[in-house]
Order: sequence, then structure tokens, then C-alpha cells
Amino acid sequence: MSKKPRSLVRAAFSAVTLVMTMLLLSGCGNYMVLDPKGPIAEKQLDLIIITVILCSIIIVPVLIITFIIVWRYRATNKKADYKPEWAHSNLLETIWWGIPIVIIIVLAVITVRYTHELEPAKALASDKEEVTVQVVSLNWKWLFLYPEEGIATVNTLTIPEDRPVRFEITADSPMNSFWIPELGGQIYAMSGMSMALHLQADEPGTYFGTAANFTGEHFENMNFQVNATSDAEYEQWIQEAKSSPNTITDESYEEMSKPTEKEEPTLYSSFPEGIYERIVTKYMHDGAELHQHGSASADETDAAADTANANSEEDSSAHKGH
Amino acid sequence: MAQSPAHGSDHHDHHAAGHHDPQDLKLLGFWIFLVTDVIMFATLFATFIVLRGNTDGSVTGAELLEMNGIIISTFLLLTSSFTSGVAVLAMHQHKIKQMIIWLVITGLLGAGFLYLEVNEFLHLIHEGATLQTSAYWSAFFTLVGTHGVHVTVGLFWMIAIIIQIVRRGLTDDTKGKVTVFSLYWHFLDAVWIFLLSIVYLMEVM
Amino acid sequence: MLDNIKEFASEFFVTGDPLIYGADVSIVLATLGIVFVLTYFKKWGWLWRDWLTTVDHKKIGIMYILAAIVMLFRGGVDAVMMRTQLAFPDLNFLEADHYNQIFTTHGVVMIFFMAMPLMFGLFNIVVPLQIGARDVAFPFLNSLSFWLFFAGAMLFNLSFVIGGSPDAGWLAYPPLSGTQFNPGVGQNFYIWGIQISGIGSLASGINFIVTILKMRAPGMTMMKMPMFTWSVFAASTTIIFAFPILTITMLLLFLDRFFGAHFFTLDGGGNPMMYINLIWMWGHPEVYIVVLPAFGVFSETVATFARKRLFGYASMVFAMVIISIISFFTWAHHFFTMGSGANVNAFFAVTTMIIAIPTGVKIFNWLFTMYKGRITFPTPMMWTIAFIPAFVVGGMTGVMLSVAPADFQFHNSYFLIAHFHQVLIGGVVFGYFAGLYYWWPKMFGFKLNEYLGKWAFWLWNIGFYVCFMPQYLVGLDGMTRRISVFSDPDWQGLNVASTIGAYIMGLAFLFQVAQIGYSIFRHEKDTTGDIWDARTLEFSIPSPAPEYNFAVIPQVHSRDEWWEEKERRARGEKPWQLGPIEPIHMPKNSAIGPIMGAFWFIAGFGLVFHWLWMAIPGLLGVFVCMFARSFSAHKAEYYIPVEEIERTEAKLRGGAV
Repeated sequence: MSKKPRSLVRAAFSAVTLVMTMLLLSGCGNYMVLDPKGPIAEKQLDLIIITVILCSIIIVPVLIITFIIVWRYRATNKKADYKPEWAHSNLLETIWWGIPIVIIIVLAVITVRYTHELEPAKALASDKEEVTVQVVSLNWKWLFLYPEEGIATVNTLTIPEDRPVRFEITADSPMNSFWIPELGGQIYAMSGMSMALHLQADEPGTYFGTAANFTGEHFENMNFQVNATSDAEYEQWIQEAKSSPNTITDESYEEMSKPTEKEEPTLYSSFPEGIYERIVTKYMHDGAELHQHGSASADETDAAADTANANSEEDSSAHKGH
Repeated sequence: MAQSPAHGSDHHDHHAAGHHDPQDLKLLGFWIFLVTDVIMFATLFATFIVLRGNTDGSVTGAELLEMNGIIISTFLLLTSSFTSGVAVLAMHQHKIKQMIIWLVITGLLGAGFLYLEVNEFLHLIHEGATLQTSAYWSAFFTLVGTHGVHVTVGLFWMIAIIIQIVRRGLTDDTKGKVTVFSLYWHFLDAVWIFLLSIVYLMEVM
Repeated sequence: MLDNIKEFASEFFVTGDPLIYGADVSIVLATLGIVFVLTYFKKWGWLWRDWLTTVDHKKIGIMYILAAIVMLFRGGVDAVMMRTQLAFPDLNFLEADHYNQIFTTHGVVMIFFMAMPLMFGLFNIVVPLQIGARDVAFPFLNSLSFWLFFAGAMLFNLSFVIGGSPDAGWLAYPPLSGTQFNPGVGQNFYIWGIQISGIGSLASGINFIVTILKMRAPGMTMMKMPMFTWSVFAASTTIIFAFPILTITMLLLFLDRFFGAHFFTLDGGGNPMMYINLIWMWGHPEVYIVVLPAFGVFSETVATFARKRLFGYASMVFAMVIISIISFFTWAHHFFTMGSGANVNAFFAVTTMIIAIPTGVKIFNWLFTMYKGRITFPTPMMWTIAFIPAFVVGGMTGVMLSVAPADFQFHNSYFLIAHFHQVLIGGVVFGYFAGLYYWWPKMFGFKLNEYLGKWAFWLWNIGFYVCFMPQYLVGLDGMTRRISVFSDPDWQGLNVASTIGAYIMGLAFLFQVAQIGYSIFRHEKDTTGDIWDARTLEFSIPSPAPEYNFAVIPQVHSRDEWWEEKERRARGEKPWQLGPIEPIHMPKNSAIGPIMGAFWFIAGFGLVFHWLWMAIPGLLGVFVCMFARSFSAHKAEYYIPVEEIERTEAKLRGGAV
């Protein structure tokens, strides 16, 4: 071959190496998923590391072997063996069917165990009292209800540190996904269903929360801050919320559920009892009697049609523990 | 599939390599098409089963479906499958006239089936069950309707085949068409049996 | 009256965006240019007779590939626009709704209208030649498949300037894609673009299965088939099981949108989760449909350029069959976060991991094909070698995603985006490029310029890593897909890097266009038909192949029949005992394919706008075409006489057979 491709090769290698090094240096441990602040995210990180290590047992040798083979058996290297008819070896093929099978079995066992352990509907073991937050995905903002305190917020979330939080998640919008990477993995927010997700923040701090499943035009504005605070600060924050002049009523919720482009974080001192249940059940057949206010979301045109039956949804979501 | 290489080489041992019996290809192609059609119906059946309880508080199948008409429909369609088989037998004996008569009878039975189906749909719509009523009825009309559309297409196809046979007589080509058509017609019969059991019998029981 | 027209036009045409006006102008100019050139050089008849109505698999293949390259350009422009927006989110290069349309069309175009036609193009060009056949089993159906694809692709692309593009993501999850949240016509274009071309794909799947099962040269048993043909067989079988699900899913979504049915709606008892299940029951096999033929290409190139037999043939076949079967049992890994419960998630996690095993085995077999070989590095081989690290790393991130509880942290983030781009570009695109370079001389009779090709190769590869490696990191940092602005400054740098990579890939594409353009005028001619000193039957005939492919069909004895034949000749043994030339039975061209495609287009357009006055005649036209074909098919054949074959062969082979 001519000289030019070879110099191209060299340029290419150095460029890629440079970029890779820069990337690795730029982020030592700053990445949210790799820098967990809660027990769930921690276990998920453990699992990610186990997977990477198990995969590396194969990947690294393969990359090295690739390089060696391609280099050694280039046509210009006349010293290398050439066996054009050699195309089968039971031993070799047994090895490379065998090793991946063993690794995948190990990984599968670990995965199955962790899948049960990290089942999002499972409550976290803790001697402290659990906090419940109900989450509603709206177009395009998050509504958080604190049923124990009777307060609510939009696009901002405050939780006490070191206490398990039970999120109950639904949507009054297309399917969304609720994700706080530093605390743990996401779960879908779906209409007519209430999904449970248990997370905990181990230390006080401000974490990033986001919507992960596309719900339409201004989906990008659906992120929020998660403030994990001490118990005392949490109490104080609740008082602050309780003194907020804003309240949610059935009528104002109807307004609120209409699409808006971007909402600033807001506190609400009260919300109507059972509104979360009504949001969930309005897409369910059984909820017909619960749902008498006609508070259909603004997107729905047919008031008679908003009492959806969801027997099958119920079946599949029953174990999610409404 | 396993035997096809052997078959292929038998076929090729003649010096006319590269000439493939077009009827042979068409028949295999049609079988594979039927596989895809099976998957389409399977998807529709799965949809129906998932949505069968979702009547949204509106009228249910058990309240509206009438088995009398369905039993007659089933009888018509099963008989037509039989008569299409008889037509193929007549074809193999080169009895063109008989074959056409049996095909026409098959077509008339099929048309009778369609007539009853349209009547049933009109009755249901009259009773307030439409595609828009609930997920259950959406799935019902789509599944039963897709089968009905298949029968309708089959009828037109059969008319086209009869015209070609009248014009050109029985050739390998037209024979192949009758064979493939009868395969299709038996297939629709088999689908109907599943429809009858899952959509009608299980609902009414 | 005028006001009515104005109002209609402002609804009908997409207005208000300078980018779209620019596109309008260039589309009109390009069309006028093409019309002018064809008229000026009096080429309309040639175009119609020689190309549009052809049933020749080689020409249909070329048309597929041309269309795919145009679509690659369109999808690529979409990608570059998205990356531009994400590098500088504050500049508001794209408004949110425009951005949403672009990521939707990027995905749809790249999968349905780039990868699929490029794949079918390679199927068409290679399979009959590789198995020693004169055409596919159903040449007319093949033409029809192409025209259905073309009608679907044009219908979908039209949404850019007429009516508005879909904007609910490439898989259009309801209820977002239902009329409640998406009342415009964009989603209708989506449904009919995909539906019409999907029917074409289904027909192609049937066609290639029958071709491979029934039309192999004498002596070529299934286990002597070239590996690419095996991959086509595996992919086609997957198509016939997967695509019917897509057809029904699109039908149901259409019924929801057009007739107000309640399959996937929030009200009326509909079940949106069922759509997500159905679409992935097609969608997951689909990714294996496009990647298996790429595996097939690598198996051909690696043996040819290592000048060695493919290692572990039986393992390779078995691995491919296993992959296509298991691909039907992994779909739920696309939504572990739907809360299906630990047992369901564990099941789908394990099935997904299992796929890694046969895939890994294939990698080892390719490596050991090169082991003790004599490797040369022309462009097809470079793409093959570049594929290995790209796919191995992409495979590893795939295994990471398959671990269900960890997926809760990756799902819908840029980590996922990086993963599937890495396997789809590193696997599928690299593979199809390798195939395109490898069989290009067979298609056109000349080789593509290697120098420009190497530039394109390195730019592609650098751009690829620079673009997607940062996306893994930004995904781990919590950036989710489908957002056009972000507030986190930590993401800025990584996004800029990624955008630079995208531009480098764009530049690489331009190099490829330049490479093709340059090579048309200055090139190395393929005079022997066997420019790579290759192993399989397609290289035993002249380039480009005559319309009947093989004057006499050879008798096959081994897997690498052409290589063995060359060895035999080199040893001075008797060459192939080819029988006497006989008249060859050929299918005639048919205008019904393009006409039926046009009727499908009309019907689709009418259904998009709910214009029954247009849709019903369109569908009637489709049926009339079917009947016309049924009545005329038996007359659609002719024989090429022996003298003509002898003349052609003498000309192509310079007198020596």
C-alpha cells in the first residue's frame, strides 16, 4: 500500500487516544450514576461494576487478540504461518462457546438475585419512618403531593435525608418516567396506574431529578431539584409550604393539568383529599363512582369517555402495590 | 426445510439447470405467506384476549352476541371449505365443468357467510356496539372484520380465477391458482374455528 | 374563494420555518433539474424501460441502494441538526417542536428507509448470484416490494413539507401518538409510510426464503451455502415472523386515529402498554433483521481478504439461527421500568444476555478466520476490522443494559442512545459499507477509489467514537434522550465533543459521495469479474453480470466453490464441466410494480388527510393492478436464444469462457 494511508492511520490513532484520555480525565467520579447518594443507586452501581468486570474477562482479551492477529497475519508479513485450509477446531470452538456461557450464567444468577432485591415496589429496610410522596406527571411539569403533610409542590422536591421515601407515581399525561439518578433508577409514570418506587438519600444535598420518557413538546422542561435535608430542616420546610398562599383545589388542578411550557418551582399549602386516587382512577373502570366531579383533564374532550376500564392494567399493576 | 436441499438437487439433476417449476415456487411462497397471515391473526387474537374485559362499562359481548346466526355462518363456511376441496378433486380429474360448478357453490356459500356477517354487524351497531364503544368492541370488530375482509378478497380472487379458466382452460398455471386458492380458503376456515371458539363460544358460555 | 385556498394552503403546507422553505426550494429545484436533464437527453423512455419497470434483481438492488444513500443523507442531516442544537442549546437553532420532529424522522428514516433498503439492495444484488440462480423466485413481486418501499418512503418524507412531520418518537408510543395528544396529520404520515413499505418488506422476506430454499445451484446443499446467503435466510425468516406484528400494530393505531377505536387510548378501556409490547415484539427482532446480514457480509469479506476458509462454518450457522430465534423472546428489555415485576424482568434480562453468547462466538470465528491467514486491507476489509472493536464494546454496553436493575439507571438516557448507535453504526452501517465496497465492482464493473475511501473510513471511525463515547458519559450523568435544551453546565462539554464527532461523520459521508463521483469518471475497471480474488460463485461471472447471470449454471461441490475451482485450474485439472448453453427463460419487465406503488401512494396520502375521495380510488387502483397482474402474469416471460447468450458471453469474457 502507499504511504499515505499509513500516516492516516497514525493520525487517526492519536486523535482517538487524545479524545479518550480527555474524556476519562474530565470525569473522575463526577457522573451522577457513578456517584450514588442512596442505597438503591449504590447497589445499582455495584451491579454495573460487576457487569463491567465480568464482560471485561472476554472483551479485553478479544480486543488484544484482534490487534495481534490483524498485525501478525498481515499479508506483508511473510514470516507468519499461512494455513488457508484450517477452518475447524472442536477444542477452540468448545472454548469460545464455553467461556461466554459460564460468564453469562454467573451474570444471570447475579441479575436474577438483584432483580428481586431491587424490585422498586419493595420497601427499604430502615428503623426510621417512611415518607410518602405522590408524584403526578403533567404536561409539562411534575406535581408532588405529600399526603401525610397535606402539602404539595410543583417541580421541586424536598425529602428528609436518611429516611426511606416511598414514591407513588402516576401520570395525567402521556407515559413518562421518574428518575433521580443519584438516588436510584427510574420507573414509568403511567395513567390509570400507580407505580411504587422506594428511594433514600443517605446525605443532605441537592440532587437532580428528571423526566426520562418523552411526553411531547416541552418535555425538556420537566426537570426538578431534589433537596435532601435534615429532619429539622424538613419540618421547617413543611411549615414554609403550609404558609404558602397557593393552594390546589379540584378546579385549580383542572387548570394546572392543562399543558404549560415551563413552570417555576412552587409550593402549595393544601390539596383536596384523595386527589391522587382520583387522578389514578379516572382512567380506570372501577373508579367510575369515585370520579363525579367531571374533572377530566383539559386534553379530554369527551367527558363520558374518561372513565376508562383498566382491568388488564390492574392485573399487571396489582403487584406494584397501589 | 430439512428435506429441501435433497429435493432441490433431485430437481436439478436434469440438464435443464436453472429452470425452476414456477408452480412449485408459488406453492412454497404461498405457504410462507400463510405463515405471515397466521402471525397477523395471532396478533389480533392476542389483542382481543388482552382487551376482552375492557368494555368500559358499556354493553358486553355476552349481552349482544347471538349464537344462532353464528352457527349458520359456521355451517356455511365449513361446507364451502369442503366444496372447494371437491373442486380441486374435480380439477385433478380434468373435469372443468364440475370444477367450476363446485367453485361457484363455494363462492355462493362464502357470499352467504358474508351476508350473515354484515347483518350481524348491522345488528350490533343498531344495538349501540361500534368500533368506538369500547376497547372490547374495537378488538371484536377488527378481528372478525379482518377475517371478513379475507373472505371478501377470496371471493373476488375466485371470480378472477374462474374467468381465467373459462378463457384459457386448465393449464399448469391456472391449476396452480386453484390449488393455492383452495389452500387459502381452508386457512380461512381454520381461522374461523378459532374465532368461533375464542370470540363467540367463550364469550357466551 | 381565494381566502379558502389560502387557508387550506397554510394548513396543508408546512410554513413558518426558514429551514423548511429552504428545503422546499431545493426540492423543487432538484426536481426541475432532473426533469430537465431527462427531457433534454431524451432519457424518459430509457428510465422507464430499463429501470422503473425492471424485474431484474440486480437493477432493483441498485435502485434500493440509491434510495438508501439519499435517505442516509436525509437522516444524517437530521442528526447533524440535532447535534448542532445540543452543542449550543441557548442559541435556539431549533424550536422544541421542530427538534421533536427531527429526532422522530431521524429514527424512522434511518431504520425503515435507510437500513432496510440498503439491506434489501444487498440481498437483491448478491443472493441470486451467490447461489447460482438467474433471478429471485418471484421477480415481479420483487419489483413490487421495491415500489411499495419507495411509495412509503416518499409518503413519509413528504410530511416534511406538507402537513407536518410526526413528532412522537420513532416508535410513536400512544397515547402521545394518539389523536388526543397528537391531532395533526404527522402521525398519519408515520403510519402509512411505515405500513406501505412494511408490506413491501414482508413480501421481500417471503421472496428470499423461497429463492434460497428452491433456487440454489445443483450440488449446493444448505450447509454449502455461502454465509451471506445464510444470513439472508435467517434475516428473512425473522422478517416473516416479525413484520406481520408491525402491520397489525400500525393497523390498530390507524383504527384508533381514523375511526376513534380504543385499542391504545386512555379512555374507552384502551391499553397503551399493549402497543409498547407489540411494537417491541416487532422492534427487537427488527434490529437483528438488520444486523444479521451485516454479519453475513463480514463472513464473506473476512474469508476473502484473509485468503482463508471461514472458520467454524457450522458454529456460525448455528449461532445465527439461535440469534434469530431468541430475538423473539427479549422484547420486554426495552421497558424493564414498566413495573412488570421481578420475575418478568429477570426472564427477559436472561434471554437478552443469552444472545451475547452466539454473537461472541461469531466474533471469535471471524478472528480465527484471520488467524494464520494472509490479510490484505482494501476498504471492505478495513470496515470489517473496524467493526470488531466497535461491536465488542457496543455489545458490552448491551449486556450492561440487559441487567434489569442496572437498566433502571440507563433507560432512556444517553447511555442507551450511545449503545444502540454504537451497535447500529458499528455493526449495521459498517457491515453494509463493507458489503457495498465489496460488491460494488460486481454491480457496476469498476472499483471505487481506495484513496478517498480510506479517508472516508478514518473520518467515519474517528467521528463515530468522538460522537458516541461522550454520550455514554453524559448518559451516566443523567442526561435523558429527546430533550433539546438542558440546564446542567456539566453536560455542555461532552455535548460539544459529541457534536464535533457528528460533523466528522458528516464530512466522512461527503468523502464517500466524492469517492463515488470521482470513481465514475476515473476508476480501475473490473475486467475479470473477480477483482478481489474471492471465493464464491458471484465472482465466477463477469462484472457487471449479464442479465441472465449465469450462461450455464455450475455444479457446486464445496462451500467456496469458486476458490476451489480456481485452485483446480491452477493445478491444471479439468475446469468445471459446464453443460451446453440453452435458451434462457426470463421474466419480462412489468409496469404494474411502479403503477401499483403510485396507487398505494395516492391511497396513503388520502388516508393521511382523511380524504376518502382520494383514498378509495387509490385502493381500487391497487386492486385493479392486482387483477391485471393475475390476468397477464402467464404472458410475462420470454426466452433469450442461445446465439444471443453466446454473443454476450464472448463480448464480456473477451472470447474465452
